[in-house]
Amino acid sequence: MDEILEILVNDARTSPEEIAGMVGKTIAEVKSAIKAFEDNHTILKYTTIVNKEKADSVVQALIEVKVEPQRGIGYDAVGERIINFPEVVTAYLLSGTYDVLVVVEGKDLKEVAKFVSEKLATLDRVTGTVTHFLLKKYKEHGVVFHEKEKNKRLQVSP
Amino acid sequence: MKDRISTAARSVPPSGIRKFFEMVLGMPEVISLGVGEPDFVAPWHIREACIYSLEKGYTMYTSNYGLLELREEISKFYNQWHNLDYNPESEILITTGVSEGYDLAIRALVNPGDEVLIPEPSYVSYKPCTVFAGGKPVVVTTNAEDEFKVRAENLRAAVTEKSKALVINYPNNPTGATMTRKELEEIADIAVEHDLTVISDEVYGRLTYEGRHTPFSSLEGMRDRTVILDGFSKAYAMTGFRIAFSLAPEDITDAMMKVHQYTMLCAPITGQMSAIEALRNGEREVATMTREYNRRRRVIVKRLNEIGLTCFTPKGAFYAFPSIKSTGLSSEEFSTQLLKSKKVAVVPGTAFGECGEGHIRCSYATSMEDLKTALNRIEDFTKSL
Ligand SMILES: Cc1ncc(COP(=O)(O)O)c(C=O)c1O
Repeated sequence: MDEILEILVNDARTSPEEIAGMVGKTIAEVKSAIKAFEDNHTILKYTTIVNKEKADSVVQALIEVKVEPQRGIGYDAVGERIINFPEVVTAYLLSGTYDVLVVVEGKDLKEVAKFVSEKLATLDRVTGTVTHFLLKKYKEHGVVFHEKEKNKRLQVSP
Repeated sequence: MKDRISTAARSVPPSGIRKFFEMVLGMPEVISLGVGEPDFVAPWHIREACIYSLEKGYTMYTSNYGLLELREEISKFYNQWHNLDYNPESEILITTGVSEGYDLAIRALVNPGDEVLIPEPSYVSYKPCTVFAGGKPVVVTTNAEDEFKVRAENLRAAVTEKSKALVINYPNNPTGATMTRKELEEIADIAVEHDLTVISDEVYGRLTYEGRHTPFSSLEGMRDRTVILDGFSKAYAMTGFRIAFSLAPEDITDAMMKVHQYTMLCAPITGQMSAIEALRNGEREVATMTREYNRRRRVIVKRLNEIGLTCFTPKGAFYAFPSIKSTGLSSEEFSTQLLKSKKVAVVPGTAFGECGEGHIRCSYATSMEDLKTALNRIEDFTKSL
């Protein structure tokens, strides 16, 4: 990955001034590199990784969706219908025993179950769903969810 | 009562680092730039391989030389990276850290009264281990104007009939200095002229950020008179595993092995098994850590210079060695006052030799966040003077 991207992925708040210092470029060079990444949609959005369990009560489920592909457009028509629902936070087309993996978020079990049975499973060309409720997150986007252990080094050493 | 303690043990002063370590002990909220080891823990795949080796029952002695499998990996690595050929059966010895490797090399080479040339500022062990072995350390000073490279004329001036070995350490602790192939060649010429054996501590070789690291034995004519000491502590963040190795001609390796055999027997097998994994699958993690050090290096050097603590750009290891002369304080005064008033620990340059006076060692093996806070506090401190 480009080094400027790597720094932003790690901390999106790092300012162009700071990045310039880290990579040995001018601030103008860094700004224009970031602009180029934004313009070509390499950088899509600056957001925050939140431990939602702490923020408010949400339930997430991973849903395996089987889809019957359409001639000429494959899975995309169904895929695009799926992502229009605000309940859907993530959707991937996958190889393997099912076709689309959908991550759905709701305020409780009932809401998620209702969404799956009423909205998702009933979509045209969706031939089956399997729902897995998420019990605990260990790691997401490279970020570990439990608190970090303190470094055990000596404070001064040769 | 007779003096129980040997003259050698008595003659060596306690480490200047130790003193600082003790001062910091009672101060929990200190940010330390005084640490000579990575802030990363060893990569998980290495720790996992280590655990697996224990599960499989690898808990015994190894050959005195170390596991052949590890020596073969090291040989392959040096061949691929540096086009050097070391025979894993007779020219590679696994040691318990470069620390032991240095001791072995000195004991294998030095007769009582022989002189060992040691450029300073230097890593803290070289002089004491030389004294313990009955040798006589002879300091060759380096300075900030030369970016702490060994200058040929200074080395020439220090050589005598009794000079036996030259210690060299690039990338350098405490200065972060490196030397190019061309610059090293001048040193190599002197080694030939005066028939010196060169002990080259290259434990930071992989942490070179500009240019390419040159193993001393890759210089023309040097393979037969060089002991390379390298290890896993720094680049792989494996300090506690205590695994390193020497690359040296057969007769020297054999002599080092003899001392090792009777003092250490062998390096710990758990560390050796982990080191095999490090060499086989460690590239990605080493690259990630190196990139991170490099960013911090740029940040710390720029900031120190802006603050007015002039600092040449170190090209290797993870240390900056700025001058604090503009403050009018001695290294020790600066470090003590900074610690007491701003809770930032650095190491006074004098811990690495007298010519380190006027400098402090700042390790950037510290998270970017802490590094920035520490630099802010250093700025506050210098402004308050
Ligand atoms: C220059 C130098 N050599 C050797 C060592 C010791 O390394 P090891 O952990 O391999 O004994 C250090 C550690 O700080 C060092 O800085």
